[in-house]
Amino acid sequence: MNSQPVTLYPSRQFKDNARAALADTELRGSLRSAMDFLMAKRSSAFPDTDELDALRTLGEAIRQRCLSRLPELLEQLEERLTANGVTVHWAETPAQANAIIHGLVAARNGTLMVKGKSMVSEEIELNHHLEAHGIQALESDMGEYIVQMAGEKPTHIIMPAIHKTKAQIARLFHEKLPDTPYTEDVDALIRIGRNALREAYLQADVGLSGVNFAVAETGTLCLVENEGNGRMCTTVPDLHIAITGIEKVVEKLEDVVPLYSLLTRSAIGQPITTYFNMISGPRRPGEKDGPREVHLVLLDNGRSQAYADQQLRKTLQCIRCGACMNHCPVYSRIGGHAYGTTYPGPIGEIISPHLLGLENTRDLPTASSLCGACGEVCPVRIPIPEMLMRLREESQRPAGEAVDHPLRGQGAAASTTEALAWRAWRRVYASPGTYRLFGWSATRLRALTPPTQAGWTQNHVPMTPAPKTLHELVREREARRKES
Amino acid sequence: MSRPSDVYLFGTCLVDLFMPDAGMDAITLLETLGIRVHFPQAQSCCGQPAYTSGHPREARDVARSQLDLFPGDWPIVVPSGSCGGMLKHHWPTLFAGEPEQERVVAIAARVVEFSDFLLNHLDWQPVDTGPATRVAVHTSCSARREMNVHTTSWALVDRLANVTRVVHDHESECCGFGGTFSIKHPDIAGAMVTDKARALEDSGAIEFVTADAGCLMNINGKLALDKATPLRGKHLASFLLERTGGKS
Amino acid sequence: MSARESILAKLRAAPKTALAHPDIAAHYQRFPFPDDPVGKLRHWARMMRSVKTEILWTDATHWPEALAEWADHRRPASLLLSDTPHGHQAAAALATRPTVPALRYFDSELDGWKEQLFHDVEAAFTRVRCGIAATGTLVLWPDAQEPRTMSLVPPIHIALFDTTTLHGDFHSAMHQENWAAGMPTNAVLVSGPSKTADIQLTLAYGAHGPRDLVVLAMLPDGISPAMLEEEGA
Ligand code: SF4
Repeated sequence: MNSQPVTLYPSRQFKDNARAALADTELRGSLRSAMDFLMAKRSSAFPDTDELDALRTLGEAIRQRCLSRLPELLEQLEERLTANGVTVHWAETPAQANAIIHGLVAARNGTLMVKGKSMVSEEIELNHHLEAHGIQALESDMGEYIVQMAGEKPTHIIMPAIHKTKAQIARLFHEKLPDTPYTEDVDALIRIGRNALREAYLQADVGLSGVNFAVAETGTLCLVENEGNGRMCTTVPDLHIAITGIEKVVEKLEDVVPLYSLLTRSAIGQPITTYFNMISGPRRPGEKDGPREVHLVLLDNGRSQAYADQQLRKTLQCIRCGACMNHCPVYSRIGGHAYGTTYPGPIGEIISPHLLGLENTRDLPTASSLCGACGEVCPVRIPIPEMLMRLREESQRPAGEAVDHPLRGQGAAASTTEALAWRAWRRVYASPGTYRLFGWSATRLRALTPPTQAGWTQNHVPMTPAPKTLHELVREREARRKES
Repeated sequence: MSRPSDVYLFGTCLVDLFMPDAGMDAITLLETLGIRVHFPQAQSCCGQPAYTSGHPREARDVARSQLDLFPGDWPIVVPSGSCGGMLKHHWPTLFAGEPEQERVVAIAARVVEFSDFLLNHLDWQPVDTGPATRVAVHTSCSARREMNVHTTSWALVDRLANVTRVVHDHESECCGFGGTFSIKHPDIAGAMVTDKARALEDSGAIEFVTADAGCLMNINGKLALDKATPLRGKHLASFLLERTGGKS
Repeated sequence: MSARESILAKLRAAPKTALAHPDIAAHYQRFPFPDDPVGKLRHWARMMRSVKTEILWTDATHWPEALAEWADHRRPASLLLSDTPHGHQAAAALATRPTVPALRYFDSELDGWKEQLFHDVEAAFTRVRCGIAATGTLVLWPDAQEPRTMSLVPPIHIALFDTTTLHGDFHSAMHQENWAAGMPTNAVLVSGPSKTADIQLTLAYGAHGPRDLVVLAMLPDGISPAMLEEEGA
């Protein structure tokens, strides 16, 4: 398969993207049933609410403890991995990460990379970068393979092709893969992918993977998967490169036990995945398979900005289970592409501003009714609505205002009109006299209520004040009582 | 919980301006149950609209103007889950590190959502005098997830002998109001309220109730625009008062 | 400044919080997996079967026969063995049968015969380090004798499992065996043959790794297959 143009959905056009997605009834229908299915699966995976509560509390405590020691743990991880024979690289930006990875592949004149699922590699647009240098990067996770073939990006961090029907996939395989008859039989479709990809594992010079947990204590990279493609990518080619965000480090090996359980149960309602792959080094002398070289790339890309602020640091607790998107009424209506970011849904709304700057993600923090369904299910108890409100505040904060930890793109959503409106609102609502006058005039002038009210009357009849305010009704009744 | 003799009613700005009858009904109902209701005339708003829009300073100034209104140590009853959530859970955060912090925490502790108050503080056993009907209940997300009172409205409705409570599809899902969300993202909010309205219509309910003014305005505003069915929602206070014969 | 120093400097400049490490063992003591050998095995088998694993109950003396019977029935064209006592025992038992699969030992570095492994080997037979009851899991610690690809590349994986090594949950397996003291190059938890639900959430087995997982589960004296297959099991 040759390099495909990637369809980009920049998050700056979020509202337009969302409108287009909402109009796509096929997408709406399949998303809704998929999310309903995943929600039901999750809840059946946690039959005991006491256990769920305790496990979430434990997961939160582990992640917070690990983050509290992040710099030390990263150093310990590096030291242990190095002792195990793994080379550790650090990248502040996507460009640096791409250059490191390209350098490693180029050093052995590699031309084919097989990739296990890695959202961080999406974040840095690795495929694009490698292909520009003549290196083919082939996605091997079935969902990723499908979206890559379609020239798209994943719409969900766990289920990359959740937006596609089997008929669409059947058509895609038939059109793009030589000698492939049209079939909607899922087993047959998977067999087609399996056969194509097994040849790729065999030929590939390098395998790339993400990391779910990087254990500082033992220098172990843990990968969670069902398909076995992650094991293939990290076992068969001679060079294995893993890439992960700096926040993924955990302190102790036993930390992974509750986190892994929370991850699989929250994500897809499975008690466990088929494979939990723990890699602690390259092939040792005497061993007969496994990569001869293993590298880990640690990527910052804005994470240290979130880390600098104690409230926003909680964003980094995330274990990328996707439960917040499965339960989100916004995500389940617009899907992942509309966000225009690597990470969609609630987690995307709170992490993307750090990766891309508020100026590029202006509409994301407000794209939530703050219903709290995300925070209610988050396995590590990230208070997502609280993070959203904070990001709203920072995007409304005038760009010039000095603060302790300015966020990139501070003030991106600030508008003089809105600021003035809130100031006017404050003048009215913070002063009883003015408020009384306002209520009186609004009710008396109710006939003059404008028939179109920005945003509101698109979906509703106009908001019309009552003939009298509650304040007035209460006063009148008190007066009546005094009389009688 | 002991039965208080007096309560404050914090009416909320939406009820004040757009559905004052719901506020009056809440007062009447509480008075019928022998509670003296104090309605501070200087009240305006909890500050939530500005707070959730990223303007905490304006929100704090408005909230600050409300702090002197509840001098007695009676419960502060709020006929709206989301405003209750603001007072109870967000005020302490909003005033963290401010000189008023301690007072705010004490006030927050006295805040009770209306349905919670009737059920858990008064253990009210309503005597249903109305005709048989079917009712759906929409619980606001704040009531459900911040105040943890999503079962109280159900329980109250279930205590009415002639009322059958019907469950609607995706009942726990947000109606799409979200304050300024419905204005900033009308396409998405519109899809959400459309689904909510359809689910309520398809439930077979004759009317629906909610204890949240924002949700009520949102869903009723949508139903009125569509004019597809006569289904409309009522505030829980009005519904309960009506069922127990207190509405003249 | 290098990227490393720059990242670490930013992280170190951030506000510090002192938080204790939570007591993970306490959580698993509070929600333990019941320590009843028969109950554990039943649960383990139920979980493994729910993800399409075939379990053949046997014991420490009869497993070669059970393997040979399975091969008679399933007729794999080829079988990859490890150069170990149990590998040799398996070969000996298979040799007595009318049809013997083509046997191959994993006795040299993979680099020379990768292609054959992918194209010509239908099944592989390995041992298991231990099991986990709660989730229906086998733990593999591949080593020089039984390399990683044995349980990954051939379409059928047959695993020899001493059921007395069955732990209640993942935490007790890790804890009791003190994994933190030294991890192998690769350790892997396996719960069923490879699978995917990436196409319209429809479950399909045999994604990239094995399509079939067969476990020769050796029972100790005192536990019979009948006890495990009783009603409600
Ligand atoms: S924010 Fe929470 S729910 Fe969302 S992906 Fe991360 S861990 Fe999962």
